Amino acid sequence: MIENPMILFPLLILFLPLLSFIIVIFFGNKLPRQGDWVAVGSIVTTFLLACYLFLQMFLNYDPDFSHGASFSWINLGEFKINLGILVDNLTIVMLLIVTLVSSCTHIFSLAYMKGDIRYNRYFAYLGLFTFSMNGIVLADNLISMYMSWELVGVSSYLLIGHWFEKDSAANASKKAFLTNRVGDIGFFIGIMLLYSAVGAFAFNPIFESIAGGQAIAGTTLTIAGLGIFMGAVGKSSQFPLHIWLPDAMEGPTPVSALMHAATMVAAGVYMCVRLFPIFTPSALIVIAYIGAITAILAALIAVSQNDIKKVLAYSTVSQLGFMILAVGTGVYTAAFFHLLTHAMFKANLFYCSGSVIHSMHHALHKAHDHDTDPQDMRNMGGFKDKMPITYFSMLVSTLAIAGVPLFSGFLSKDAILAGTLSFAQHHPEHFLLPFFGFLAAALTAFYMFRLIFMTFHGNPNIKSIVKNIHESPKEMTSPIVLLGSLSFFIFYTLPHNFNPMKDKGWFTDLIVPRNSAVPGSLTANEIAEYAHHAHYLAMGLSLIVASIGILLAYLMYQKKVISAKNISEKFGFFYDWSLNKFYFDENYNRYLYQPFLRLAHTISWLDWEFYDKYFINGFGKLTKLLSTVSGKFDYSGIDQGFVDGFGRASNTVGKLLRNVQTGRLQNYLLFVVAGILVIIIAQAF
Amino acid sequence: MNSLDSYLFISSMLFCLGLFGVITRRNAIAVLMGVELILNAANINFVAFSKFNGMNLDGHIFALLVIVLAAAEAAVALAIIINIYNNMNTVNIDDVSELKR
Repeated sequence: MIENPMILFPLLILFLPLLSFIIVIFFGNKLPRQGDWVAVGSIVTTFLLACYLFLQMFLNYDPDFSHGASFSWINLGEFKINLGILVDNLTIVMLLIVTLVSSCTHIFSLAYMKGDIRYNRYFAYLGLFTFSMNGIVLADNLISMYMSWELVGVSSYLLIGHWFEKDSAANASKKAFLTNRVGDIGFFIGIMLLYSAVGAFAFNPIFESIAGGQAIAGTTLTIAGLGIFMGAVGKSSQFPLHIWLPDAMEGPTPVSALMHAATMVAAGVYMCVRLFPIFTPSALIVIAYIGAITAILAALIAVSQNDIKKVLAYSTVSQLGFMILAVGTGVYTAAFFHLLTHAMFKANLFYCSGSVIHSMHHALHKAHDHDTDPQDMRNMGGFKDKMPITYFSMLVSTLAIAGVPLFSGFLSKDAILAGTLSFAQHHPEHFLLPFFGFLAAALTAFYMFRLIFMTFHGNPNIKSIVKNIHESPKEMTSPIVLLGSLSFFIFYTLPHNFNPMKDKGWFTDLIVPRNSAVPGSLTANEIAEYAHHAHYLAMGLSLIVASIGILLAYLMYQKKVISAKNISEKFGFFYDWSLNKFYFDENYNRYLYQPFLRLAHTISWLDWEFYDKYFINGFGKLTKLLSTVSGKFDYSGIDQGFVDGFGRASNTVGKLLRNVQTGRLQNYLLFVVAGILVIIIAQAF
Repeated sequence: MNSLDSYLFISSMLFCLGLFGVITRRNAIAVLMGVELILNAANINFVAFSKFNGMNLDGHIFALLVIVLAAAEAAVALAIIINIYNNMNTVNIDDVSELKR
């Protein structure tokens, strides 16, 4: 039995959701309330265990805390795979995020999914999702990380396609799964490259071997790092594989919250943070540009979307771009910090949007209006007084994502922008990175406040709905209140710091950056030093851009001093591009899917009409002919001639020999005498 | 008549006559008589070797034993022949070829 709680509790956190998945999927129908209490109970237990681990981490306050346990899974002489878990501060914080958001999702879903036709299956899949994510978080080697990685893909497929009767949901789940596959291939190639060079799957041996510089270095290491990063591109929805995330909104809204905050998209960033030491400087440049492009592109798209969940989806893509940008510029703990704060406020934003959509559904249902889209922000407006809890919580989270001081997003975004700025100060040729970063930050503030103004402020656009809008039930508001309050800065800077402008606190104390394992890279201290110099400039700039964004949104959507319509008409071309998501789906369809489908059709024609008809059938005919000939030979040649011939021959010989046996004793005696005589005569010579 | 050869010659003649009788005779009783001749040829040999090779009376005792054995054998053989006659009404051994079937 495992005695150490630092190993036992993570294992429990890992396997309790799996247990709940098995119970609920197989016996959920027979249990009272379809077994939702099993799922909620197990997930809340894991949350409490994670809280215990977090408290322990807090009490120890040891930045170098690291604990691991592993066992030999496959042992074939030279080829060995050890599976195990690695528990350090990073893992504990991530476990807390996953279990907290997952618990909130479970509780929120109790009300949101009430009466759903596949209620128990939904909760079972949530358990599987949490299990897979915990598997990624706790993995101490690439193989078990990859297995959990794929499980996350499968469970997201199942949950996005929860309402698979809708074509759009079924297609979105397929799209998410297949797009992820593209990235996973890169991930697998990266793993194999590393394994073939290093001969190990576990993280620590890989880091040591890379630091040695003998096993793998230079371009090979860059390619291996980029391959592994490709997995993150798919899972964390980075350009050019970002197309699946907005479509994934077809799943139930709590699932979106879980996926966007803690389980799915966080996996890519977490993996990059965990494996940061393997990335070479050239790989990091590529990573930084991909992150920057994703951040600016998604922000530009989010500006013009009218579906409340689409805005949030693109804001997630944009924020993930920020995180990847931070990894690329070397300040990867800032990326993880943003992952933590983002998980809280983005989950909350999704719950709030879920709450709004939920009450829109009810209002539309009461008004017998089945044509109005309950997710379109143009149909909302003036909900502020009707749903005060949702409004204030969402406002707090919006302030956080926009990067306003006193809120968590300010600290983490500031750290990222400072890192980017210092990177550009030392590499002036990469000036586009901070430019994209600050522009995306301004756009974030703009589109998030656009969402708030359009949904909660102003005059209701459809009066008949507003009178039926009401606050959501307790199961839904309690996660909203909890996560909303977690958007304040104070939770991230305790216990040593109360200054809302500085991010020094338990996080920066406990999650310390490690040096890159690649020889010749900047050390973590140098990076931190540079970022520190850029800190005040970055803070000033980010405050300016955030206030510009908020002011613009206020003028355009609250005061309506500037007409959004005029601007969109003036920049019609850009507006069209943004509204249509830069035509990514259309272009992919035109230049990737369609040629691919045509190729597949051609190959299937070749296969069916040519290969099957002539080659395969020809083989059949040839075999038939051969078997007829060999059958004939077998029957008339071997059976008739050879086998029967033996019988006939022995029959004939037997008949001949039979004549000797006369049955007369005296004959036999004569033979005996003759025989004796022959022997005697023979002996005489 | 004092050499071993003459005795052995007589006994081998007797043996050949007996063998001839056993092989050629059809009558079962005649065959039996041939067997007796062969046994007696052996007896002569025993006695002759005993006399000329200085073996005291060993050969004579063997000869007496053989005579007793021949008497027992004759009794058994005659009993078989009587049974054959009772069952098949013949003592011609060519007709008694049950083994062949």
